[in-house]
Amino acid sequence: MAERTHKQKPTTERSDEVVEEAAPARSESGEKLKGELDDLLDEIDEVLESNAEDFVKSYVQKGGQ
Amino acid sequence: MAIPKVCGIETEYGIVVRGGDSNPVTASSLLINAYVNATSRKVGWDFEDETPANDARGFNLDDVFSPEIETSLVNAVLPNGARYYVDHAHPEISNPETTDAAEAVRWDRAADEIVRASMVHARDLLPDGAELVIYKNNSDGKGNSYGCHENYLIARETPFGRIVSQVTPHFVTRQVFCGAGKVGCEQPGRDPADVPFQLSQRADFFEEEVGLETTLKRPIVNTRDEPHCDPQKYRRLHVIVGDANMSEVATYLKVGTTAIVLAMIEDNELGDEWLLASPVPAIRQVSHDPTLQRAILLRDGRRATAIEIQFGLLERARKYEQTHGLAAVGEDVGRDVLARWEEALTGLERDPASMAHWVDWVAKHRLVEGFAARHDLQPGSAKLKAIDLQYHDMRPERCLALRAGLEPLVDPADARMAMTEPPTTTRAYFRGKCLQKFPNEVVAANWDSLVFDIGRDPLRRVPMMEPLRGTAQHVASLIDESATAAELLERLGT
Repeated sequence: MAERTHKQKPTTERSDEVVEEAAPARSESGEKLKGELDDLLDEIDEVLESNAEDFVKSYVQKGGQ
Repeated sequence: MAIPKVCGIETEYGIVVRGGDSNPVTASSLLINAYVNATSRKVGWDFEDETPANDARGFNLDDVFSPEIETSLVNAVLPNGARYYVDHAHPEISNPETTDAAEAVRWDRAADEIVRASMVHARDLLPDGAELVIYKNNSDGKGNSYGCHENYLIARETPFGRIVSQVTPHFVTRQVFCGAGKVGCEQPGRDPADVPFQLSQRADFFEEEVGLETTLKRPIVNTRDEPHCDPQKYRRLHVIVGDANMSEVATYLKVGTTAIVLAMIEDNELGDEWLLASPVPAIRQVSHDPTLQRAILLRDGRRATAIEIQFGLLERARKYEQTHGLAAVGEDVGRDVLARWEEALTGLERDPASMAHWVDWVAKHRLVEGFAARHDLQPGSAKLKAIDLQYHDMRPERCLALRAGLEPLVDPADARMAMTEPPTTTRAYFRGKCLQKFPNEVVAANWDSLVFDIGRDPLRRVPMMEPLRGTAQHVASLIDESATAAELLERLGT
């Protein structure tokens, strides 16, 4: 990364790069991400506070700094 | 050249008494005392004679512990050089001084482990079914906020006005990668339904551009002038605008980028290119826009998105690296911060969801959206707010952040060691090592001094006005070779 050269208009440069590299990889990693998210949501179903309403209502803190 | 950016993080944690009811000051005191009592031989408070009531349904800690006890030991200095105390009804850990972002995140992780250990030790003291639960967040969702502050050493001669104007664009826009995420909105007068999810825990609570307050009318740049070191030479910039991060990379970037920005300001290399027209509305606007697309107005009339401003600051930092080097923030860490800064911004610009492994708000947003879709929940559902809160639950068996796929940065063994070992590169080394070796002789410790009682009057104060003296390099052999505190003081010539 350190050798990256500095362009006058970084935003435009970057958008060009993005279009080239990101498109093919996206769908594959998209599937993987979705699978991971499903596993994650299964886990949340297990560990989430069972009475969310009460939990949220009773989570009251004194103001601090 | 900019002076070394000695830095440190202090976190006020949320605290809840489950299976009971209690004043949060008492609960915080119990938590801290439970830890200190279990881990240090210095502390004399003995729990053995206490008999907590056994009614798990509705006991009250205030009935159990007398007021003298509750206030007696709520301000401890730990052998890693940190301060662990009750502040504004919250347990707070102020981490020891460190010299770069990698160290700062390591001791921040250590603080997390200290809090986790504290919860376990506290459980032993409470009736069955009762426990203290700690949350590393900054808001209760009901308009009450508590802070995670950063501190950076700055040369006193740096004009404060320049610091204020030039660091503000960074404080307003860095939340794109270090916001911890929040379900809902607490900005007074704003309909929460308008903001189902936002980047920052804290942005709703900032009402001023600059000022001294920390608990109301909070300013983006805090002016507290309490350097805890030589005031002729130094200033400690007390940063109150940030969120507590669960993501280690987010903490690393928060501290690393800010240290570089401050070094540039000190060397007058940042300039006024990105000054904002109205920072207070801007900080909320950026926070309230998870698409990262809305532009904010600059003082010179241009408009730019938070990402564009961040890229502008990064570009300046790259130039600064070429002309000045990164010694002030640690060369290796500084280079790594620049690389990750660029990677974070590039990813966020392309697709914010791609940064769920680094950025807390993205990770949390993914959980909230995914959960809402799976269970067909509408914005405003208590379950979604519960996910927000539980993301920050410090119990490993409940913490959602630990399950969210965040990339770790600190070796767990290093974090554990940092619970009891001070950084070697600052005066925290002297503080921590003296507490380890002479716990009975050190009667008071502070950021800038240690007070010894070696049995002869008067007490002996060792000033530590230089944050970069008292390091392992300076005093390790001196401490090792001193059999007693008296001998150490003699060798120090105090």
